[in-house]
Amino acid sequence: MADFSGSDLTCLRGERLVFGGLSFSAKSGDAVMLRGRNGAGKSSLLRLMAGLVAPRSGDLRWNGENIAEDRTAHHARTHYLGHQDAIKPVLTVRDNLRLWGQLRGVRDLEPAIDRALTALQIHHLARVTGRYLSSGQKRRTALARVLIGHSDLWLLDEPTVGLDRESCAELAQLITEFRGRGGIVVYSTHIDLDVESPTILDLDDFAIPMVEWLAEQDELEDMAPTKRAASSQEAAQ
Amino acid sequence: MNGFLAILQRDLRLALRQGADSVMVVAFFIVTTTLFPFGVGPEVNILARIASGVIWVSALLAAMLSLERVFQADYEDGTLELLTLSPVSLELLILGKVLAHWLTTGLPLIIAAPLMAVMLNMDQDGFVTLMIAMLLGTPALSLIGAIGAALILGARRGGVLVSLLVLPLYIPVLIFGAGAVEAALLGISATAQLQIMAAILLLTLAAAPFATAHAVRQAME
Repeated sequence: MADFSGSDLTCLRGERLVFGGLSFSAKSGDAVMLRGRNGAGKSSLLRLMAGLVAPRSGDLRWNGENIAEDRTAHHARTHYLGHQDAIKPVLTVRDNLRLWGQLRGVRDLEPAIDRALTALQIHHLARVTGRYLSSGQKRRTALARVLIGHSDLWLLDEPTVGLDRESCAELAQLITEFRGRGGIVVYSTHIDLDVESPTILDLDDFAIPMVEWLAEQDELEDMAPTKRAASSQEAAQ
Repeated sequence: MNGFLAILQRDLRLALRQGADSVMVVAFFIVTTTLFPFGVGPEVNILARIASGVIWVSALLAAMLSLERVFQADYEDGTLELLTLSPVSLELLILGKVLAHWLTTGLPLIIAAPLMAVMLNMDQDGFVTLMIAMLLGTPALSLIGAIGAALILGARRGGVLVSLLVLPLYIPVLIFGAGAVEAALLGISATAQLQIMAAILLLTLAAAPFATAHAVRQAME
């Protein structure tokens, strides 16, 4: 039984405070859906979860262990799908997928690629080079990558972009199967993806004005260590 | 190790399919070298005197020309992000990419160098030393260049910036590379210069992947 949680996460992008004081928790089989207006930090949160960016404060834990302590292990159990599909125009769909399987050390790679291609119904495109794919087909190829190799955590950033209605239903089906195997899925989407009872995390709830946050930081710094300890005791009482 | 081979194989395949890079680097090298006789004049002795320096400077500039593309394409299409997130250490993957870069740009330069030496009327005593020096020097150029290429990720007009960052760091390779050939032409042993070049190569081999990986991670922020 795996457990993925984050506590008191703050994300700073450049000069802008994206969100603060965000906590979440997910267990094997859970799906977390990220909601929020544009710029609320859905992508930023997914990048934090992937370990691509370090949070300004707070930590992310997998089974109680901070993910920053063993990044390789976290990368091995995580599949991240970003905005970009990372498809090389001169390589075939199969060659594009092969690299990611090889990097994960997948055994019996070719059958695994075949299964992933079949699951996303792009098996007929296996020998087509990237430049001739439509944007929906590219997105499906990127999704096929997520199916190759074992993983416990899927981080999907707008997986439905470019997908038609049918493919969205297939994606929902794949997510359900993955949860059935004990996987955790965190995803952001603007359209309704038919995923069974996801936990909804609304990032708008964690937007805090920069001024407020800076004031809080200043307060912490201004306080002498003894005073800070005293105030935390007060808070505890 | 599998990850290293996988990325090496993929980058070589990409270079083979796109092709233009290697050809362009060699063509640039040949054209630049050819400019010197026009500028300096067709005096055979002068050309022979400056041959080793001219070849090295042209090689440096040609090697730099292709640097921008080492990471840029992968950065733009999201591949680099996924490489950073793969369970294989990023340093090893970068080493694989640098090796692929050297095989597609450095190696062709080494093969073209003796031809240019003939054109510049370099004494044939220097040929073997020139090739050994380039064999030691060009991988160091690729390794140092990778740091610059990673640092400019996300910057506009990266091509100009990378030359400013990297060319000063190429100077030791230039000094000892040209020095080794000079020594051979004078009939002195070039062992000392070649040993220093080997030392530069080992040092960059040990340090550059870490510096590059750090710069790449920085670019992901």
